[in-house]
Amino acid sequence: MDPLEAIKVTFFQECEEQLSELESGLLAMEQGETDSETVNAVFRAVHSIKGGAGAFSLEPLVRFAHVFETTLDDVRGGKLAPDNNVVKVMLRAADVLADHVRAARDGGVVEEARSQALAAALEALNGEAPLGGLVSDELDDMPGLEFTPQTVSDDDGFGDDFGFTPLAAGVIALEPEGPALRTWTLRLRPQNALYAKANETGLLLRELKRLGDIQVSIDRSELPGLADLEPEQAYLAWTIALTTDRSRDEIQDIFEFVDGDCDLVISAEDFMAAPLETSDAGLDAPFDVMALIQQAQADVQATAAPAAITEVLAAPAPVSASAPVSGPAPVSGPATGTPVAAVSVPSAPPAPTPMAATAAGVAPDAAHGAAAQQATIRVDLDRVDRLIDLVGELVINQAMLAQRVTESGVPRSSNIAMGLDDLEHLTREIQDSVMAIRAQPVKSVFQRMPRLVREVAAMTGKQVRLVTEGEGTEVDKTVIERLTDPITHMIRNAIDHGLERPEVRVAAGKGPEGTVRLSAAHRSGRIVIEVSDDGKGIDRPRVRQIAIDKGLIEVDSNLSDEDVDNLIFMPGFSTASSVSDISGRGVGMDVVKRSIQGLGGRIAITSRPGQGSTFTLSLPLTLAVLDGMVVSVCDHTLVAPLTAIIESLQPKAQDVRAIGPDAYVIAIRDSYTPLIDVGAMLGYRTTPLDPTKGVALLVEGEGGARAALMVDAIQGQRQVVIKSLEANYRQVEGIAAATILGDGRVALILDVDNVVAARRREKARSDAKLAAAG
Amino acid sequence: MLRIFSHSFSRASPLSKIVLTVDDSRTMRDMLMLALGDAGFTVVQAVDGVHGLEVLESMAMPDVIITDINMPRMDGFGFIEGVRKSERHRATPILVLTTESDSVKKERARSAGATGWIVKPFNPDKLIEAVRRVAA
Repeated sequence: MDPLEAIKVTFFQECEEQLSELESGLLAMEQGETDSETVNAVFRAVHSIKGGAGAFSLEPLVRFAHVFETTLDDVRGGKLAPDNNVVKVMLRAADVLADHVRAARDGGVVEEARSQALAAALEALNGEAPLGGLVSDELDDMPGLEFTPQTVSDDDGFGDDFGFTPLAAGVIALEPEGPALRTWTLRLRPQNALYAKANETGLLLRELKRLGDIQVSIDRSELPGLADLEPEQAYLAWTIALTTDRSRDEIQDIFEFVDGDCDLVISAEDFMAAPLETSDAGLDAPFDVMALIQQAQADVQATAAPAAITEVLAAPAPVSASAPVSGPAPVSGPATGTPVAAVSVPSAPPAPTPMAATAAGVAPDAAHGAAAQQATIRVDLDRVDRLIDLVGELVINQAMLAQRVTESGVPRSSNIAMGLDDLEHLTREIQDSVMAIRAQPVKSVFQRMPRLVREVAAMTGKQVRLVTEGEGTEVDKTVIERLTDPITHMIRNAIDHGLERPEVRVAAGKGPEGTVRLSAAHRSGRIVIEVSDDGKGIDRPRVRQIAIDKGLIEVDSNLSDEDVDNLIFMPGFSTASSVSDISGRGVGMDVVKRSIQGLGGRIAITSRPGQGSTFTLSLPLTLAVLDGMVVSVCDHTLVAPLTAIIESLQPKAQDVRAIGPDAYVIAIRDSYTPLIDVGAMLGYRTTPLDPTKGVALLVEGEGGARAALMVDAIQGQRQVVIKSLEANYRQVEGIAAATILGDGRVALILDVDNVVAARRREKARSDAKLAAAG
Repeated sequence: MLRIFSHSFSRASPLSKIVLTVDDSRTMRDMLMLALGDAGFTVVQAVDGVHGLEVLESMAMPDVIITDINMPRMDGFGFIEGVRKSERHRATPILVLTTESDSVKKERARSAGATGWIVKPFNPDKLIEAVRRVAA
């Protein structure tokens, strides 16, 4: 890739980071955190985006960012109080800025009216005239998207005040128009400040030499005897005769960086016909430039010698009053020539900021070092994935080796077996560490939601407050990537269908503003994400009616509240009578459910009329490994996820009851639990297993529903590497994935939720049939 | 803390000049690296003022330092002052990157001890020229 294109890719990645910084900063400000740290971070985000955008000539983005930055600069400078209203406008501006970034990246266009409206709103905050003359002036005034060389005189602020002195203007008028060769006389007397800022006369001379022939003479008249020499003091002055076809401006440009730190006169020789004022004692014959440069370098090295540099810095020549003791030593040379500084062109006001004040102003920033940035490296995801695959193979290999060793009859206490144990621990640790590389906080997903909430709230006319918790909860990147859509949809749904309009809420005795809560937490090896609202809850009679109308259930179905709630996950169900802009888009909760299941996750809903609903997602932390219970079923080896298993037991004949032709329940501590014959369910056998001859695994599925799974025998616990069945074969009901065991055989991993749910559906149907029959 | 020491050796000879760039923006760091590396400079990068001062302690003497102004932890002004207070680096030329022709910021950087400045967005030629002007 063209290196510049690669940088552009980086730029857009960085923009995304800056945008999320921006948003979280603004949200913090909304909560009243308007400390300089937060405001600065927000400012920096916009500033960086603008800076990079300028480099790539992304004009609309630069323009909008500039307006935004100006407002933020006012906030930063205390000129604009970041009250709620201001922050609200800025949040919307952040959304538009994000649109601009994406438009620039993907080649789209941001709706001009929206962008303009926000820009105008920002400017209104600044107290500036709304998008008019003033603004466009300012925009035009912006640093070019094309780089234009900056000259000292036209863009420096101080130059604006006086421009060229009349004398200089006169000189310009006298200059010949063509590129004719002419000789200029420059008189240069550096001040201490010039050297303190690491500028060097020698380098200036070198630059001058690039323009033409130069003849340099040095004025050493102020140089004191060695005894009186202050090493940091500027004593020397130079007179340079420059013969060039370049203009005065080009010559002047060379002194751009030292402007104000030296006395400089540039005159056309023929204009300054009079003999040089300084041609007295100190004027030496013209000499070699290189020698001069070397001398200048030697000077610098000399000044780098231990000396009271800080004092000298603190009191540059023109501002000596602040530290009289360490001020410039009086020049005691006998042959003091006339000062060269007849006219300073263009002269700057003496640097007004004493170092001490600047230092004080900066100190607080330096103190913020506590918020240390974490050192990171960026690695191609493919490499990490490859590493994870390899570690997966390592785990399988280690398991195989362990099995071979066991089979060979080596005693458990032997060195080999013990070494293998260590290897197993090590392998496990490597695996955990490798998985941690790919783990990321869910923050990246959560951060997109405030904007969504604002937009949906605006579209529905509802007042919504989004509360997020547990943003730092980490989960595998592959899981995170697939979380955005389901969460987006659930939040849309919560606002659109869950929350009531403000007036309805008030009538119901609630506050006008609804709350949507989005939280994440780790719970027993899984990540649990909840989306809850304090709205009206699920309208069960209506849901039931819709399901009947759509033929999803029988008119007389006997369904519990929970069953009714779960109807919304059924394909083809949508409570909106017209597909609304927001929740609609042709996607129902069934799609959400499927995508969550695709991640090995489950979704559950609880709802209370008038109080709101909660959607709970539970997902594996990684899609790569699983702690499993290896079991035998009819000569097949299966794996049940350990996290789902509560206990295993050997059923006694008296505990098992038949409740139908093929349906049994088992009594476990005074409660009846459905007993599922896994072999029969998967079609491995037709005659049910005698419960007393097998082992029952008590498992818990989504929403806490339990079932006992009958298997022939338990082989043991093992960590298994998940291999997708869908990717290699196809989706199979009741099976989540596959794995390769230590002996090289393929084993299927049971989808416990699916098995439990299938059983419950079956039961519901048979109940309904019973009810209908009864 | 892991140091980001990215040396660009593309056309850098052992005698090439060393430039330390201090910028919190990856984009800017990359652009500086590209332009300076192509011109034969050896580039060392730091991500903010604090990091810049740390890197300075351990790296070879840079010939030129280029620093951004707006950075977290320690901004460009603080960084420049820090460099100027260091016996070892106080005579090292420092160029500041300014986004705008903001005379206030430029002056503040100068009074902190900046040698010169580069106005963003810069083109490589302009950047190299500015470095050349201040590099001994």
